[in-house]
Amino acid sequence: MSSWRTKVLPPLLAIVFALLLSAIALIISGADPLTAYGTMVGQLFKGSTAVDTVNLATVYYLAGLAVAIGFQMNLFNIGVEGQYRFAAVTAAIAGGALDLPPVIHTVVILLVALVAGAAYAAIPAILKVTRGVSEVISTIMLNSIVGGIVAFLINPDMFGVLTGNNLATKPIAPSGHVPGIPLGSATLFGFVVIAALIGVGYWFMLNRTRFGFELKASGESPTAAAAGGVNAKKMALVAMLVSGAVAGLIAMPELLGRDYNYGITSTQMYGFTGIAVALLGRNHPGGIALGALLWAFLDKSAVSLEQIHVSKEIATIMQGIIVLSVVVAYEVVRRADLAAEQRRVGRALAGNGRKGSSVAEGGAV
Amino acid sequence: MSTSESPAEAAPDRGVPAVELTGITKRFPGVVANSDVNLTVARGEVHALCGENGAGKSTLMKILYGMQQPDEGSIAINGEPVKLRNPQDAIKAGIGMVHQHFMLADNLTVGENVFLGAENLHGIGRAARARLAKLAERTGLRAAPDTLLEELGVADRQRVEIVKVLYRGAKIIILDEPTAVLVPQEVDALFDTVRAMQAEDYTFLFISHKLDEVRAIADTVTVIRRGTTVGTADPKTITSRQLAEMMVGSELPSPETRESTVTDRDVLRLKDIRLSVEGSERNILDDISLTVHAGEVLGIAGVEGNGQTELVETIMGMRKATGGTIELVEHDGVAHDLTKLGTLARREAGIGYIAEDRTRHSLLLTQPLWTNRILGYQSRKPVSNGQLLDIAAVREDTRRIVEEYDVRTPGIDVPAAALSGGNQQKLIVGRELSGEPVLLVASHPTRGVDVGAQALIWEQIRQARADGLAVVLVSADLDELIGLSDTIRVMLRGRLVSSADPATVTPQELGSAMTGAGAEESEKDTDAEGGATE
Amino acid sequence: MTITENPSAAPVTVAVRRKTRIPGWLKGVIWAVVAIAVLSMASYATGVNTLTSSNTAHTALRLALPILLCALGGLWAERAGVVNIGLEGMMILGTWGAAWGAFYGGVWAGLIAAVVFGALGGLLHAIATVTFNVNHIVSGVAINLLGLGVAKYLSNLVFAPISGNPRQSPPVPKFDTYSASGLGDWLGDLENAQRVGISDVAGILRGLVTQVAPLTMIAILLVPLSYFLLWRTRFGLRLRSCGENPVAAESLGVNVYLHKYVAMAISGGLAGMGGASLVLLSGGADYLENQTNGRGYIGLAAMIFGNWRPGGLLGGAALFGYADGLQLSGGGKAVLALLYGAVILLCVIVVVQLIRRQWIAAAIGVVGAGVLYAIYWTNDTLPSDLIPYTAHFVTLIVLAVASQRLRPPRADGVPYRRGEGD
Repeated sequence: MSSWRTKVLPPLLAIVFALLLSAIALIISGADPLTAYGTMVGQLFKGSTAVDTVNLATVYYLAGLAVAIGFQMNLFNIGVEGQYRFAAVTAAIAGGALDLPPVIHTVVILLVALVAGAAYAAIPAILKVTRGVSEVISTIMLNSIVGGIVAFLINPDMFGVLTGNNLATKPIAPSGHVPGIPLGSATLFGFVVIAALIGVGYWFMLNRTRFGFELKASGESPTAAAAGGVNAKKMALVAMLVSGAVAGLIAMPELLGRDYNYGITSTQMYGFTGIAVALLGRNHPGGIALGALLWAFLDKSAVSLEQIHVSKEIATIMQGIIVLSVVVAYEVVRRADLAAEQRRVGRALAGNGRKGSSVAEGGAV
Repeated sequence: MSTSESPAEAAPDRGVPAVELTGITKRFPGVVANSDVNLTVARGEVHALCGENGAGKSTLMKILYGMQQPDEGSIAINGEPVKLRNPQDAIKAGIGMVHQHFMLADNLTVGENVFLGAENLHGIGRAARARLAKLAERTGLRAAPDTLLEELGVADRQRVEIVKVLYRGAKIIILDEPTAVLVPQEVDALFDTVRAMQAEDYTFLFISHKLDEVRAIADTVTVIRRGTTVGTADPKTITSRQLAEMMVGSELPSPETRESTVTDRDVLRLKDIRLSVEGSERNILDDISLTVHAGEVLGIAGVEGNGQTELVETIMGMRKATGGTIELVEHDGVAHDLTKLGTLARREAGIGYIAEDRTRHSLLLTQPLWTNRILGYQSRKPVSNGQLLDIAAVREDTRRIVEEYDVRTPGIDVPAAALSGGNQQKLIVGRELSGEPVLLVASHPTRGVDVGAQALIWEQIRQARADGLAVVLVSADLDELIGLSDTIRVMLRGRLVSSADPATVTPQELGSAMTGAGAEESEKDTDAEGGATE
Repeated sequence: MTITENPSAAPVTVAVRRKTRIPGWLKGVIWAVVAIAVLSMASYATGVNTLTSSNTAHTALRLALPILLCALGGLWAERAGVVNIGLEGMMILGTWGAAWGAFYGGVWAGLIAAVVFGALGGLLHAIATVTFNVNHIVSGVAINLLGLGVAKYLSNLVFAPISGNPRQSPPVPKFDTYSASGLGDWLGDLENAQRVGISDVAGILRGLVTQVAPLTMIAILLVPLSYFLLWRTRFGLRLRSCGENPVAAESLGVNVYLHKYVAMAISGGLAGMGGASLVLLSGGADYLENQTNGRGYIGLAAMIFGNWRPGGLLGGAALFGYADGLQLSGGGKAVLALLYGAVILLCVIVVVQLIRRQWIAAAIGVVGAGVLYAIYWTNDTLPSDLIPYTAHFVTLIVLAVASQRLRPPRADGVPYRRGEGD
């Protein structure tokens, strides 16, 4: 009944709160917040910004999904960052080296990315399951190490090609590309469709399959899940691998729709953005989509602030405040809701004329 | 089981009561934990507070110790009204509490655990250690102050808890179910300490639901039922039966099973089950062998912490036995070896499981009731067909359970946490009997539930037995155990030490068997004495 | 809200274990001796002198400082029961604060500003995790994001007009350095004498006593100081009790929220100081975007490596600093020589395990030593792209081997709400 309120109110509160705080920061630095926000919204309708926003949101969406799968069972896959970069460079090398007919070429590249992402996630997963190493710390190490691996692999001695100043993998032939959808002056990634399908698949997995239920149950209460016959270690392993596989796709929209190679200048930090987007969307496929769009909008429109001499970093601050305040808001609303629900059930039952349920241990909830 | 040396006459001036609670009421969202509680404790006495699990004893003691504030009512200590906003206030008023779940930090030393929060008294240096040594002697604590707490056994941990209280100069000491985790000798030693300190003008509030212990140690007993005090009595004149009736109400729902339905068809066979943990030479479970037949309720009695929980979890596959075999026999007589299977496979083989702690092991608290229907059945019809869930069927079946098992809820979409304990348990019982089990493992099935739900759950277990199920019943409620079981086995320190016939055994006899005092009638009366001289 | 794994299992562990314990300081000395012995043997056997040169030691010390300070920050937070993955963000705030303060008020003002900025980040983490019970990892990630954003924004606002580059501060003053010159020269002579063992020790010591800044001394002194405060004072006892069993602490009248807040302010302040050590030491850059480069995370790893103890985390920070310093001053060849050292160390461990009759551990050690030796034997150098990550690999391996013996505070990262105890 109150679930609508639980789901939508916190992010709205968080966004409003972030706007207010950023407004204060803007006023201190001598800018007019309303003009600044107006400029950002206005930018959305200029040139290719709208399409760019959706394209970037596609990437963020995949990142958010990858993180959300782990979050479902309280598994902190901070390592999405490392997994997607490892998968990107591997898939780019494989795609550049292979010569296959269209579609098949694309599919093979995607499969390589999936497997590579899962493989890189397998390291922390196995360390966690067999040796009890916290996935947080091991993935942080692996996130750093991936920088070295990328540099090592795209070295001209290995698989890299030096074009001008840019060191990158060999370009992928057109047969491996995912065709874009032309919209006015810009091109929408064809990968938008694939990402949407993955979102639907994620929803289905979570709500309609046994695996999804076991995932959620493990996250909610490991003890109850164990008593219900869920093998915690297996779940942790599988969840980490699936999360890593989806992470493997994060770089694919750009690799197969725009860049066609992966180099040292390719963007980083998508994995961390994924954490923020998953939190904002409360691990719900629809919510993550909205979170990804908001994030991409803030990133893309912030550029316009330079025109009115406002630092575009205000957008990053806004993002940070949103993440922090959205989790706080969820927690506050959740507590209020549970108390309200208990009162409601208490009242509903008191109406039955029997006080049968009046006594319970105080600490039971 | 009466004690002859209780120094009631030695108790000094009883003019001003040490503790006086008047009209205490405490509400939590959805429930009333205490309503209009009145309690008067005289100085220098051991005052027992009795009541079933969930009757509201713990909440009341938390209020007296300042951990929770009453919504209504007043508290007076030594005749002076006080407001206890936090434990510090309580400590200042001279109240100390020995918690049932020890409030100790494993990774701190004995000394650190004692000094924590009381550094102002003697610092944390030499003076503090000297004081600690003195108090340790009084309570029989022999561990050095630098020992890490995790290296201590349970009895020593409890001694540290008592030293902690004394260190703060408390004169009124709350003992919250102090014997639940102790073995009989340790209980005797504890009672000796209590008696010695009672002679030194300490006042004790002794919380328990074990009647024999109450009668052994207490000068006065107050009974609390469904959140309110129902009366005060002298344990020397009241019978156990009368006390029990006060605790559960005059209706005293009887769990008795009428005629035997035991068949000779085996359902569960345990052979030489052993369970050990690393770093301990003693096995948690030692050579457990038992057989449960179709239509039989096998009751397992024992003081908590003697391996019952582990036995249940080993049967369910949540712990892996170190040795021995577990077999489940199908209707056609084919034995199914479960030893190497996981929990889900065992459940699929036909085991229903009512766990001891429902909020931790049986429910997903924030999930709606219908999602909770899936737990443990995620691989079977009607919940799923292999990998895919059938949500419509789950919801339908949840409605059926709510209807059939009288789960009082506004609907199946409310989160499980919103239900009262009794209704949560009815839902669980309904779920665990819905998978066509051949064996039901029930661990404390009526713990912390109201009388109405208790009666219904007993009825369901009886019905299941009549339908030919085998039932393993673990319970601390001896009346429940005697009333429902066809056979009772007693568990002590990881072993099945004796059996009893529920038709003839009394709770008192069972109680002494559980404490290892031996089943011989002659020894029973001298128990308290014999222990005291040890 | 029950946190213990299995309360019912407790009564079974009655047996009192009594081991003879080696005191912490002695353990530290033993490890230091073993490490130097292994390094000097490796240096002698491979002929790579950079393993124990004063240059390596000096660079290692400089690189270890920020990690050490972050690790100390992590220690304070986690001993109070708060997982602080936001160290990185607090450190970034510290770098900006240091540059800003130093530019306008000199090095000491810079140091104070860095500590204050870091502490503000710590307090924000405390508000989220302690007051609102937000998941500690989530809040930490958000703080890292926020720290980066705020530093960028402020840098754009304050530094860009002066330095003309929004990503960089104008040049800021640095701490003066002091050398124990007499001692240093004597050690230098010893080092050059090329005598096995003695020269190695002299080289390492000389690197540690020449050109030392006050901040370096402060940072190193903070290790024993943290130990003293956390383990030898009433305040420290209360703070640690919040990380072990907050419900028990509360029941004894400890103000858990207050202690966690104080711990987080100190934690953030130390991380901020770690940021200052990147900016205010000669040889370091001025404020520069992304200059922390994940050191906050590494600090956390060093703390875990050190088993949540001050002496241990000093060792962890030294390891990271050394691995970094070695690859900077010696390159792939030196790291390869370090592999040789690792082989020696593994052999020692194998012998110890054989004496203890731990056959499996010994076997794993033999295999590991064999693999490492094979790598050493078949390569002349290691890929230069991967060398900067030596310390990361080492951490992963150490965690994989020793994780089960680590002992985090019992209630680390566990949500706690006042009055909800059992």
